[in-house]
Amino acid sequence: MPREDPAETGTAVNREELVRANIGWMLALAERLLRDRDLAEDVVQESFVRALGGLAKFEGRSSLESWLHRITVNTALSKLRQLKRLAEQSIDEHLPEFDRYDCRVESPWSYLASVEEIMESEDTRQRVHKAIGELPDSYRLILQLRDIEEYGTSEVAALLSISESNAKVRLHRARSALKKLLEPILRAEGSK
Amino acid sequence: MMNFGLTRRLKGMMLKRMHGMITCLEFEEFVLSYLEGELPERQKRIFEWHLRICRECREYLAAYKRTIEIGKAVLGPANEPVPDDVPGDLIRAVLASRGG
Repeated sequence: MPREDPAETGTAVNREELVRANIGWMLALAERLLRDRDLAEDVVQESFVRALGGLAKFEGRSSLESWLHRITVNTALSKLRQLKRLAEQSIDEHLPEFDRYDCRVESPWSYLASVEEIMESEDTRQRVHKAIGELPDSYRLILQLRDIEEYGTSEVAALLSISESNAKVRLHRARSALKKLLEPILRAEGSK
Repeated sequence: MMNFGLTRRLKGMMLKRMHGMITCLEFEEFVLSYLEGELPERQKRIFEWHLRICRECREYLAAYKRTIEIGKAVLGPANEPVPDDVPGDLIRAVLASRGG
């Protein structure tokens, strides 16, 4: 019977610990980006293959968690590119409107719901999820990476292979479009 | 009763022609840079002056900022708990894969 190499056994144990300690949040992250549980599981598996295969190259310049975070994001984006879900689509119908005098067309806001009010109701939170799901992936992802995952604009531009100025334009449009989609909730229409 | 169209027309003319003013359309182009703190002092003053006199842009910006806050609150990792139902076969598949 071959003797176990203590170093190898140790590595195997560390790998299993690494997987068990990180798989939950990586799956949640992949699901946030892909909005599909099956695809998210594929991405997590592929991310671990990449991460564990390249563990020796991990230089410790960032934390292990942020290294795994970036690998998961990159793998999810590759998956979306494969599925051609990152092609730019129009969101003009959700963008701000201006009249012929270049004045903004905006109905008066007699009420603006607070974050606390939104968070109180599971139903409202689900409506917010649904609204963000209505954005095309190319816009939803930039908003998710920048505002939710808190990557910097230049990092987001690099991840999406677009220029920084394009990333800024898309981010602003995505936020504006989401604001329009959230208006019934923000104005508490149907609940006041 | 106030003529709404005339009011908008006058507002548009005033914002276009008066020195140190920007139109709502121009304001829109600066929103992101303003919120990122990237506007030079003079442009920032012009932006904020527009905010003071334009109800529509003031309310738009408030709702825009609230949208960002709500996105973070509802969709952020802190409110998306790590699933406790990570399938055992996914863990096994990861561990059995070549990289693992």
